Amino acid sequence: MRNRIERARVVSSPPRALSNLPPQAAWCFVLVWLALMVVQSAVAVQPDEILKDPALESRARALSRELRCMVCQNQSIDDSDAPLARDLRLLVRERLTSGDSDSQVVDFLVARYGEFVLLKPRFAWHNAVLWFTPVVALVAGAVAMLVAIKRRRVASAGAAPLSPDEEQRLAEVIDQAP
Amino acid sequence: MIAEVGHYALVLALALALIQSVVPLIGARARDGTLMAVAEPAALAQFGFVALSFVMLVSCYVASDFSVRNVFENSHSAMPLIYKFTSTWGNHEGSMLLWVLILSLFGALVAAFANNIPRSLKATVLAVQAWIAATFDLFILVTSNPFLRFAPAPLEGRDLNPILQDLGLAIHPPLLYLGYVGFSISFSFAVAALIEGRIDAAWARWVRPWLLTAWMCLTVGIAMGSYWAYYELGWGGWWFWDPVENASLMPWLVGTALLHSAVVMEKREALKIWTILLSILTFSLSLIGTFLVRSGVLTSVHAFASDPLRGIFILAILVLFIGGGLTLFAWRAPLLRQGGLFAPVSREGALVLNNLLLTTACASVFVGTLYPLVLEAITGEKISVGAPFFNATFGPLFAALLVVVPFGPLLAWKRGDLLGVAQRLSGSFLVALIGLAAAFVLEGKPLLGPFGVGLALFVITGAITDICERIGLLRAPLATAMRRAAGLPRSAWGTAFAHLGLGITLLGIVGETQWGAERIVSVKPGDKVAIRNYDVTFDRTFNRTGPNYTELASAFTVRRHGEVIGTMEPSKRNFAARGTATSESALMARGVSQLYLSLGEINPDGSAVIRLYYKPLVLLIWLGGVVMFFGGGLSLSDRRLRVGVPRPARAKAAALAPAE
Repeated sequence: MRNRIERARVVSSPPRALSNLPPQAAWCFVLVWLALMVVQSAVAVQPDEILKDPALESRARALSRELRCMVCQNQSIDDSDAPLARDLRLLVRERLTSGDSDSQVVDFLVARYGEFVLLKPRFAWHNAVLWFTPVVALVAGAVAMLVAIKRRRVASAGAAPLSPDEEQRLAEVIDQAP
Repeated sequence: MIAEVGHYALVLALALALIQSVVPLIGARARDGTLMAVAEPAALAQFGFVALSFVMLVSCYVASDFSVRNVFENSHSAMPLIYKFTSTWGNHEGSMLLWVLILSLFGALVAAFANNIPRSLKATVLAVQAWIAATFDLFILVTSNPFLRFAPAPLEGRDLNPILQDLGLAIHPPLLYLGYVGFSISFSFAVAALIEGRIDAAWARWVRPWLLTAWMCLTVGIAMGSYWAYYELGWGGWWFWDPVENASLMPWLVGTALLHSAVVMEKREALKIWTILLSILTFSLSLIGTFLVRSGVLTSVHAFASDPLRGIFILAILVLFIGGGLTLFAWRAPLLRQGGLFAPVSREGALVLNNLLLTTACASVFVGTLYPLVLEAITGEKISVGAPFFNATFGPLFAALLVVVPFGPLLAWKRGDLLGVAQRLSGSFLVALIGLAAAFVLEGKPLLGPFGVGLALFVITGAITDICERIGLLRAPLATAMRRAAGLPRSAWGTAFAHLGLGITLLGIVGETQWGAERIVSVKPGDKVAIRNYDVTFDRTFNRTGPNYTELASAFTVRRHGEVIGTMEPSKRNFAARGTATSESALMARGVSQLYLSLGEINPDGSAVIRLYYKPLVLLIWLGGVVMFFGGGLSLSDRRLRVGVPRPARAKAAALAPAE
């Protein structure tokens, strides 16, 4: 019995890098990280990491969700079981306990690991394309839409509208068409 | 021999596709009926040969023929039959063959059943369809051939990735591909319309059934994939904003926009050029989706270069179809005549707003998915774009869209009365406010939750209001209302159900994300963990043997208010063939909510780390998808749409009968 348990633990220890993945594992949709999960056991945050102070712990959890596990693909340190993610979770909690604010913790990690660690890139000029595309698309689309509607209405303003009788007859003709 | 037959059948399919991509097109230009008539038999035979090829690959898998390299790499003789079967498409080469199979299936369906469209248009559509098929056949044969043998044949295969040994693999990829590939039909129709230089409301009518089919499959395919991830991954997430998921979400968003703009085009002849553009974009995103996943570019920009031939081929296909489609659009679209006029406040206006929000939402997903890749390729700088970014950009856009949803169907065509519609929605506002207040009182903060509930209820009751208004419930006598309800076009019911499904999904999302509970603890046998009204007792750990794995399972007794309601048995599976382990979580449904239990580290002293979740309303997330699928099905069965739909006997009857 013990032997089996031991084996299960050994087998489920996470990989150090993505390169361990079998290439054919990269299937569709879920599969890129499904593949990662093959080698990871289910639990990310461990009971021994949880802070006594619930307020501090919930801040730690919220922060963890915004930070990337750098050896994983698109996983936050809150979700990941990699040893690095655990180290980062402990680090976040250590900084919080020593009185850092949320932004101080984030700044500390960015200074150490670069912007790669942030799952939400900074709102700054070098990320302008990323942040402004949705806004620009929305505004440009709205303007184009209104201009198009208006222009076409102006262009056809000369034509007299159909009378209700004419509309009804037209509808009948259209309805009878196969 | 079997593999060689499959290989040869694919070569024949390619030859047929090449003929089909040229001859009918010449026929359509020259108005030569004989040449145009080549298209149908070619499409049918092409499907026959691809199907033969696919069946041959499946039989290699079922027979565990390890002299075929693809089978050797992805199968194992000890696997249950169902997984031997599904592992056919659980790898790159096989999944591409499935892709082509579905593509040729759609082509064959158009050839066989779309008999109401003009001959030259049909010939052109089938020719365009064959361009896609020929390209993909060639791609498989040149870079991803699943039929290659190698010697000496090994005695045993390498096994399918254990995480894929699940029923999800049988359902999810085929549905997703039905969706992706189904959009190729509207692409082909759009390109054909551009080539012909003529387009009218009937075009939208011909395309709509195919569009609806693709959309339905994609909707339920995404929902299925999400549920699969949810129960398989073991930490209870159901959407991760992973590039692979985004790849399937983007065609869905633009495809949904297309579905709505096609309505405007069909009813009012407006938005014709825009609809053509959306058709091209939707299939382009499907191609990008397929290839984002297939090329390995997601794992790293460098993985792309590890198989240069495949990578370059993929890029060439993207450039050919997306670039070619958009160029053709830019060149020919100005020839198309614009149609009906409408005021900004009208049903058309609402649908345009729907299109604007959906495409913008898609743009934000697109840029979020590709920006890191592009940035790394250009500057070498690495950044991450994950869930927090998408929640911050996609979230508000989609919330705005949901606010508009109930207004759309109630507004009149051409010129609507916003105030009147708001009045008719007053019941919905009231229900939404009550829901918001109740959620606030019962669950309190965070405030996002109550507002989410309010919005979800608004969408749900808005869909119900739409139907009530159409049949005059409460205003007319009940019998009249019921008679009207029976006489209401199925597409109206379809709209209502699809919107209802959207509201249901939102309600599930709000419940799961805002009010879920989580316990992470280390337990010894006999320990009890409480969560909400439930408590879970750890009984024992035991071994079990499956067909091709051994597992260490833990039994837990679940009680509600002290009363036993069942047991949960999460486990850790060990697959000897690959030496890999998976964690199987245990789920217990309570109404539409779920208890979710997954197993972490099991220590030698018998204690185990567990993650226990209570997930309120979580099942509504996927149930909403099923309701949307049902709504699509209702709309598809509308007699108005049966023109050209794959439904032989009744389609003819409907085509002869006058439309409503």
